Amino acid sequence: MFDLIFWILAIVIVLAALAVILLRDVFRAALVLILMFVAVAGIYILLSADFLAIVQILVYVGAISVLIVVGIMLTRDVTRGNPSGKLRIPAIVIGIFLLILLIGTIVNTSWPMANGIPKQPTAQYLGERLFGTGGYLLQVELVAILLLTAILGAIVLLRNKKK
Amino acid sequence: MTVGLEHFLILSAVLFCIGLVGVFTKKNAVIILMCIEIMLNAVNIALVAFSRWVTPEFLTGQIFAIFVMAVAAAEVSIGIAIIITIYRNRDTINVDKFDLFKW
Repeated sequence: MFDLIFWILAIVIVLAALAVILLRDVFRAALVLILMFVAVAGIYILLSADFLAIVQILVYVGAISVLIVVGIMLTRDVTRGNPSGKLRIPAIVIGIFLLILLIGTIVNTSWPMANGIPKQPTAQYLGERLFGTGGYLLQVELVAILLLTAILGAIVLLRNKKK
Repeated sequence: MTVGLEHFLILSAVLFCIGLVGVFTKKNAVIILMCIEIMLNAVNIALVAFSRWVTPEFLTGQIFAIFVMAVAAAEVSIGIAIIITIYRNRDTINVDKFDLFKW
């Protein structure tokens, strides 16, 4: 059952990612990208990361996809067509080369497997790791500052200066 | 053959390379942002797979994935803001036309 679900999700993810590149219509590419986000959330559930799956749905499917669709709508009249640039052939060659390199490395490495049982539900343990002693509290604060900076930057960039 | 860590890592590598080819080849700036999101998702899959099989009781990979998601949210908001600003000023989002810094 695990294997079957993995193969279905993997095929959906790879086909959706290819469709983002190959589709002519930019808006359809955005919709296929949302499908890929949902399938990645399924992969997280398969990996017993339930909290991350919910965050993936909230942040990617809920927020980032809306931002991308709004961006497409606001630049709509020039987004007809999804052309490739001049560097198409070298880019594809580099991509395939990197893929062969990565797969060769992954297959030939003996990963240090631990045979512990994954914790589930993960929300409590993630909270303890993030906010507990010896955790990641400083990094959480830094991410808060980063998000505040991003909000302010977006407002400053898009403010109408003519008033 | 049962599905293990290698399968998830290969899925992640395939997804990353698709995103990379998209970033290199596309002219539309919004599509380039979408391809960057694909690459970040690929990295997250690899991190969560490592967290599942290598450190199942510490969840370090999942914490890294949370930080990657926060940075991705900040990045896409700023990216869309920059694209809309350039569109207002120059009426195009074709990255071949963004050559203001070219000498």
